[in-house]
Parts: sequence; structure tokens; C-alpha cells
Amino acid sequence: MEGRAGFVATFFDADVIANYAPLIAEGFVVTCVLALLVVVTGIALGLALALLRGLGVRLVGWAIVAFADLLRALPPLVLILLVYFGLPALGVPLSSFATVWLVLSLVLAAFAEEIFWAGITAVSKGQWDAARSTGLGHVQALTRVVLPQAVRMTVPPLTNRTIAITKNTALGSVIGVGEILNQATTAQAFSGSATPLMLGAIAYLILFVPVVILGRWIETRFAWRP
Amino acid sequence: MELLIQSFFNVEIMARALPLVWRGFQMTLLLCAIAIPLGLVGGLALALLGRSHNRAVRWAVMAWVDVFRALPPLVLLVFVYSGLPFAGIQLTPLAAVAVAFLLNSSAYYGEIFRAGIDSVGRGQAEAARSTGLTAVQTMTHVILPQATRNVLPDLVSNTLEVAKLTSIASVVSFQELLYAADMARSITYNASPIVLAAGFYLVLLWPLVRLLSRLERRLASA
Repeated sequence: MEGRAGFVATFFDADVIANYAPLIAEGFVVTCVLALLVVVTGIALGLALALLRGLGVRLVGWAIVAFADLLRALPPLVLILLVYFGLPALGVPLSSFATVWLVLSLVLAAFAEEIFWAGITAVSKGQWDAARSTGLGHVQALTRVVLPQAVRMTVPPLTNRTIAITKNTALGSVIGVGEILNQATTAQAFSGSATPLMLGAIAYLILFVPVVILGRWIETRFAWRP
Repeated sequence: MELLIQSFFNVEIMARALPLVWRGFQMTLLLCAIAIPLGLVGGLALALLGRSHNRAVRWAVMAWVDVFRALPPLVLLVFVYSGLPFAGIQLTPLAAVAVAFLLNSSAYYGEIFRAGIDSVGRGQAEAARSTGLTAVQTMTHVILPQATRNVLPDLVSNTLEVAKLTSIASVVSFQELLYAADMARSITYNASPIVLAAGFYLVLLWPLVRLLSRLERRLASA
């Protein structure tokens, strides 16, 4: 080991950086787009499921609990491989990008549904009764009285869960989605240098350190102060 | 329907894959037995260091925790396994997994323990010290038991995540459950072995999911 010069040459090789930074930047864009798509569809689907469960149809409720349990118990990478290699046999081949989008959205939906549901049930029944007794309909009571209170309780856990699941976009590299990690390992293979891996790690830090700090801030901002 | 059963629930293929998948399952249990205690101990150490009187130490711990919470675990694992050899540090797949999991899950456990310790009132520590307990005794006998109880759902939830996360060891060719199942899939050209592996994960983790739901409900109604 040549000490510091050796470390810099290994992990911050200027030539390799110049050659492969554009590739990593492409991966950065793919990771961002994929993460945003997952967040939007996952949270929307989770909220829809929680509201559906709120209708109180027993069979529907059971189906939703089963869905949420299944997707919370299985590792996302198992689901990704299952969908990516399994669905073509049924004649519905999905691209690797669509596979990761679908799987992570479903996983986020399962967690979000549980978090929203916990929020809805935590709002005391008296709130419902009071809202209904003032003449509000079922939908109005839900959207004007219960949901605003429930959302406040759900924001911190939902933020943390969403951050954790968007980081799972890196799993896409296993089936060849051109996101940051995939680009970094490809570049590492081509260049025979560890520098692209360091670039990839830095790209993730640029993307997620602000998000983690935001999550920390939201946690204190929304904390219950009884 | 016939096609669905053929491609996902093919009993004949599952039976052939079972010995391989079963060995993989044992390796997954081994990974859990390594990764969970490592994360718990590392996390507790970080939480205690984060309460240091030295401001520089506190800042260093916070930066450390945020960096390792920001990096996706798979990125960390690939970096440790494929990147470090360039610096002359060659780790076996198992050692690489252990290092990556220590870095990643201790950051999460650390945050949970920190919140737990914060949730115990200052008066508890003062009362314990005034009865003659040392600082260490106060921590182990008074603060930590209450802190752990207060954040039990978060601890269970994170443990569930760590157990699921062991599946990424397959990416560095460690022959755990998912690796074994995917190998069987690539030999048989059939997804049934992965469904079988999913079954094993469910047997292992579904009780934890149910426990978590009950813990959360109990906390919400308390």
C-alpha cells in the first residue's frame, strides 16, 4: 500500500472519473425517476387500500390484510425475481424497469396501507360520531375530520418507510435496470478500477443524505407532544 | 390456470429443488444469527457514543449514522465485496455480508436505541444515581430496560427488515435461500423454486409481521 496516494489512485482515479461520470449521471436520472414513480403509485395505492378497508366489508378487509402481510413478510428481491422471471411464462413479460416499479410500488402500498389504517383507527370513535352528528356524510366525515388528524400521525412513519423503500431501487441492478448501482458495476468491470463504485456511492449520498436529514426533521416536527 | 400452476406451483420441480433450497434456508438462518446480534450491539454502541459529553464525538456519530442510512444496503455490500479488494482487502462473501450488515443495521438500530433512551425521563437517571448506582449500573439496570420496552415495536420492525435483507447476500454469491432458489430456477427454467423460497421466508417472517401488528395496536390503544 502506498498510503494516501494509493487510496486516491484506487478510489478517485481522475481519468476513470472523466470517462465514467456521464454513465453514473445517467444512472442517477433513472434512479430518481424510478424512485418518484414508486413513491407516487405506492402511496396512492396504499391510501386507496386503507380507505377500501374502512368501508367495513369483512371479506375485502381480510383480502387487504393478507396482501399487506404477504408483501411485508417477503424480501423485495424475492418478489423482483419472481415477477421478472415468472411472468413471462404467463405471456406477460415486463421490462426490468417496469418490474422494479411494480414490485416496489406494491411493497410500499402494503406498508402505507398499514400506516394509514393505524392512523385512521387511532382517531377516536368520538370524532366520527361527533362529525356524523353535525350532519356530515360518511365521506365528508372521513375527508374533513378523520383523515386530517390521521395524516398528521402517519407522516413520520410513512416518510421513514418511503425512504427505505426508494433505496431499494438499487435492487434493480440485479435484473439490469440501468440505475446508479448497475452503471457503477458495469463501469467497474470495463475500467478495472474501484473508482466507479466510489462514484456510485457518492451519487447515492448526494441523493439520499438530504432525504435522510429531511426525514429526521419531519420526525421532530410532527412528533406528538402530549 | 393450468399454465399458472405449471409455472409457479410445479410440485415436481419444487420437490427436486427442495434439498438445495433447504440448505439455503439453513444458511439464511445463519446469516440472521450473525447479522441481528451484530446490528443490535453496534447500534447500542452508537446510541451510547451519541450521548458523549464531547461534541465532536456526537457530531461524528450523527454523520456516521446518516451516511450509512443514506446508502442502500446493496450498494454497501457491493462496495465492500467488489471495491475493497482494490485496496488490498479481500473478504469472503460471508465476511463481506457481515461487515456491510454491521455498518447498515447498526445505524438503524442506533437511531432506535437513541429514541428509546431519550424517551426515558431525566428523573429516572437522577433518582438511580442518588440511590448510589454508578453511571454504568444506571444505564444497564434502569435506563436501558425502560428504553427497550418503549421502542419494542421499532426494534421488532427493524429486525424483520434485517432478516429480509439477508436475501441480498445472494448478489455476492453467498449460497443462502434466494441464491439456492434462483440457481434451481435457472436450471429448471421455472419460477416454482422461487415460490418455494418465498414459502420458507413466509414461515420464518410472517409470525414476526403478526407480532408487529399486535405490538403496534397495543401501543396505539395504550
